[in-house]
Amino acid sequence: MTTATVPTSTMWRAFRAILWRDIFVTGKEFWVFLAQVALQPLFMLFIFAKVLGAGGYVTEEYAHLLLPGIVALTAFLTSLQTVSFPLILEFSFTREIEDRLLAPLPTGMIAIEKLSVAIMRGLVAALIMFPIGALVLGSAPWNPDGMGLLVVALVLGCWVGGAIGLTLGTLVPPNRINILFAVILTPLMFTGATQYPWKSLDTLPWFQVVTLFNPLTYLSEAVRAAVVPEIPHITPWICLVALVVSGVVFTSIGVKGFMRRAIS
Amino acid sequence: MTADVEVRDLVKRYPKTQVNAVDQLTFAVEPGEIFGLLGPNGAGKSTTIGVLTTRVKATAGQAYVGGVDVDADPVSAKRLLAVVPQGSNLDRALTPRQNLTFHAAYHGYGPTERNTRAAVLLDEFGLAEQADVKVDWYSGGMAQRLMIARAMMHQPRVLFLDEPTSGLDPQSRLFLWERVRELQNQGVTIVLTTHDMDEAAEMTDRVGIVDHGKLLALDSPSALTRSLSGQSVLEVTIEKAPDDDPEQIIAALVRIEGVERAETVAAGEALAGAMPAGMAAVFQGTGGAGSAATPPTTAGNGGGPLTLRLYVDRSPSTLLSPVVAVLGGRGAELSNVHMGEPSLEDVFIDLTGRSLR
Repeated sequence: MTTATVPTSTMWRAFRAILWRDIFVTGKEFWVFLAQVALQPLFMLFIFAKVLGAGGYVTEEYAHLLLPGIVALTAFLTSLQTVSFPLILEFSFTREIEDRLLAPLPTGMIAIEKLSVAIMRGLVAALIMFPIGALVLGSAPWNPDGMGLLVVALVLGCWVGGAIGLTLGTLVPPNRINILFAVILTPLMFTGATQYPWKSLDTLPWFQVVTLFNPLTYLSEAVRAAVVPEIPHITPWICLVALVVSGVVFTSIGVKGFMRRAIS
Repeated sequence: MTADVEVRDLVKRYPKTQVNAVDQLTFAVEPGEIFGLLGPNGAGKSTTIGVLTTRVKATAGQAYVGGVDVDADPVSAKRLLAVVPQGSNLDRALTPRQNLTFHAAYHGYGPTERNTRAAVLLDEFGLAEQADVKVDWYSGGMAQRLMIARAMMHQPRVLFLDEPTSGLDPQSRLFLWERVRELQNQGVTIVLTTHDMDEAAEMTDRVGIVDHGKLLALDSPSALTRSLSGQSVLEVTIEKAPDDDPEQIIAALVRIEGVERAETVAAGEALAGAMPAGMAAVFQGTGGAGSAATPPTTAGNGGGPLTLRLYVDRSPSTLLSPVVAVLGGRGAELSNVHMGEPSLEDVFIDLTGRSLR
């Protein structure tokens, strides 16, 4: 693909305009976004930490362990769903994406734009979760020393989430959209070490191995390492490397899928 | 002057198919021309438009828009072209006005210019009143108008319209064609696909008839219909003299220069009834009571009206007077005349056949 006669600035302008379109639409429907992002983790925190805590089934320590896991889960799933569901619809029923596919920029850059929005929305979701968590639990763990790791892990984790969303959004046919929930999202949610630290699975080795195949595990572990470092966790650099590798793998599969859907 | 749209030996075969959707297609569209691509469903029209608009990758051959090779430099091509698709692909998360302004933003227009252009186009397309509602509320015709306005936002050199008037009411259709003519006057090159032959005949400068991915004919609508002159028809209904024989009348008529053959027509098959698509009745009721003559009820040797169909190789009107003279000489009384000239639809059917796709 040569782009000799179109200046790079034109393509960047188109990229920014398309990015702005997605941010604008998110802002326009911010309450919808908020409900979509916050409701599920809110209930999870409430039931698993507050309700079970009140009954004496779990300790306060578990609540502090759960919150970082839920932050990781929310960021990851928000990024994933930001890309997957709209993409399935835009490529089939609404064909909304066509106008953007005809904008003066290489088609692959539109897939990259989707990932950028996914990362932004995932980070906003993570940011929202801390105050919500504090509100539900009465307190939230806080570790200023882990801020750097937290930010890097969340950015990488959202990227991986978005890239998986891009892969699913271009591979899953529209009439199979419900499969996303049943067959893909549910296992992804529960094998991602969000509700339990990975090291605590020592007594369940087969499941410990299963969780290693879920990129979310590395995000949960890294977030926990950043926020509650006293809890045993996978070494952060291993988590970050695993996230980068998953990001590269799913981005390349997702962009290929996107190109196949965009250009027949 | 170089062509604004050109395809050379274009081939497209989709994966897992046995035949080429587009098969060695070659044509060129001059700047400022309205070019129609006609063909049955699945003939390869949309695929051809898809290749030209960077959405379909050609298997072989070349495609150029505004002199730009769309395969080698799709980004440049996208700046020069605009597409109005068959169904709505409007952005439903945005208002109609935002659909226009964001489109312009994608194409690099600054805020002031895109807002001004959007206001002008919304007004021109009669959508200013409903510019800030939900796109979902738009009717088919309004969505179509908005998509054309959107296409014009970045001032394209070539506009592609895929089945632009299918499903539109007559008002919207007329409005659309006015706008298309205006765009042509502004120098925009227009490539459209359509099934509506009357529309193609009226609106396009040239048409390419495509079937099975191949170009079957390429010319102006009038030249194409002229090529079918052997299919012009002159039909006369007469009250023959009591002692005359239809066979002899036919023998006499065939001797007229320009009449290729003649036959008697059964009642239900006359031009006045259901007859070959597009063949218009242009003249009626010479000798009868004046009003629309009743169709002949019998065709044969008995009494009553007799309908004769003459296949002629020139405009049927020029043969009217010799035919009348021959009939008058035999004491036959003329009660009804129909002339049928081939239409673009006849050309289309002649080239692509009658079978359903």
